[in-house]
Amino acid sequence: MSPNAPSFDDSFGRRWRSEFPLLARTVRGYPLAYLDNGATTQKPLAVLEALDGYYRLHNANVHRGVHSLSEEATAAYEGARDTVRDFLNAAHRREIVFVRGTTEAINLVAQSYGRDRLKAGDEILITGLEHHSNIVPWQMLCAQTGAVLKVAPLDEVGAVPLEGFEALLGERTRIVAVSHVSNALGTVNPVAEMGRLAHQHGAIILVDGAQAVGHSPVDVRALDCDFYAFSGHKVFGPTGIGVLYGRGDLLEVMPPWQGGGDMIRTVSFNGSTWNELPYKFEAGTPDIAGAIGLGAALAFVERVGRTEIARYETQLLAYGAGLLDALPQVRVLGRAPQRAAILSFVLGRIHAHDLGTILDMEGIAIRAGHHCAMPVMDFYGVPATARASLAFYNTAEDLDRLAHGLGKAMEMLG
Amino acid sequence: MSDLRELYQDLIVDHNRKPRNYGVLAGANRRADGHNPLCGDRLTVYLLVENERISDVRFEGSGCAISVASASLMTQSVIGKSLAEATQIFERFHGVVTGQSTGPDAIEGLGKLAVLVGVREFPSRVKCATLAWHTLHIAMTQPGAQPVSTE
Repeated sequence: MSPNAPSFDDSFGRRWRSEFPLLARTVRGYPLAYLDNGATTQKPLAVLEALDGYYRLHNANVHRGVHSLSEEATAAYEGARDTVRDFLNAAHRREIVFVRGTTEAINLVAQSYGRDRLKAGDEILITGLEHHSNIVPWQMLCAQTGAVLKVAPLDEVGAVPLEGFEALLGERTRIVAVSHVSNALGTVNPVAEMGRLAHQHGAIILVDGAQAVGHSPVDVRALDCDFYAFSGHKVFGPTGIGVLYGRGDLLEVMPPWQGGGDMIRTVSFNGSTWNELPYKFEAGTPDIAGAIGLGAALAFVERVGRTEIARYETQLLAYGAGLLDALPQVRVLGRAPQRAAILSFVLGRIHAHDLGTILDMEGIAIRAGHHCAMPVMDFYGVPATARASLAFYNTAEDLDRLAHGLGKAMEMLG
Repeated sequence: MSDLRELYQDLIVDHNRKPRNYGVLAGANRRADGHNPLCGDRLTVYLLVENERISDVRFEGSGCAISVASASLMTQSVIGKSLAEATQIFERFHGVVTGQSTGPDAIEGLGKLAVLVGVREFPSRVKCATLAWHTLHIAMTQPGAQPVSTE
């Protein structure tokens, strides 16, 4: 334990850790210290059992079969949808669309909502914090429609000041797209306030919630957002599944995203009619197992308690930040007043990739690179940062080992 | 930790801290750029080629310790060599670090460059070690080309 950092009781993290089998692994001969939760999270037994159980006992195609297996699979799949609705506090199950992940959700909105609606000279407002998934779909939409992309600037602590954001809103603003939590810096954006400002200017707001949902409560009605997107694999669920929440009245009038089976009501060679929500946006056989696994993950997170998770992660962040601040060569970028448990830093003149390899040799997994946020790297004038992104199964020991590894890296390459 | 010491040997740490033949080469008649955008390594290789021989070589740029050390060691190993000899060394080095050439003979033929062989155990870092060499190869063969990448 570091003498400089505030000590804290990490029994919460240690207790839940045993639910995650992979965390018992060794890597290069050391116990794994997994600090790359921003990239993906590990899976609890409840999720593994749900996935395995589905394929062992209930696997069948959904919606269309009349046999019992199909009904079981459908009930499980649709039950997962209800779980997501409750998790987000959405009003209706028809506002929950299963997609592959946050990236697909944003592309869906850009193409289905934006493509027909935006005219040349219309504006889309994002922030300088965004992940590539919340930049590139809008760039593509601008290229298709002649709309213009505007970017709310960052300040030196890695926050997006509201004045700068508001100054870029105008009568041509149609879409505002912002991350709830920055994956590169940990900054928490004031998305409710941003939404209010967006609505004042007649724009809709999409919130990229990929880094938020696994770490604190999210209420889409309290946020009053029009779209909210997240990925299952970042909230302890399987890869390949994600969710687009969309306000019912918006989804109702949006044209379909992909065509095929399940999203239709009737098909003939004279024309086809669309299915009702949310199925209009779910063409083809869905990732049934993925959705069921996601449902199990969200139920698990609710069991642990999102408020408790948020509280624990605040303590984790304070402990980790304290350890890093005690190392004179460490510069933590991203010091916004509202911050998630993400530490993005540079260490002296050492390149993040060398640091990542040195830590890997001691079983510590961090991410080194641009974190799919090249504009954030450009803002700070660095090619890459090292990022430790925490979850509620991380412990003080994980962070102690990180700090020790940084010291070792300084000895070797500093 | 022995694997790590195999990768970050003293020679590599030294060449990263004090890269040899670093800087712009005034009077260069060949140059090429190398850039791995996903990891942020970028460098430029300058050559003075006279009578099919590399009379002088420099590099500049920034990146991880592996990429900088590899570039520095590269310049030492090709200076004064003919283009054909330099190409041979490139192919030998590339074969070993990508795991295509195995066996003690392959490594021995590398001389000082053998210090980078440990990168084979870290597949995601191989491109850091080879960037300078691919850039050199382009400088020798297609001097006006677009920046090369090993990603």
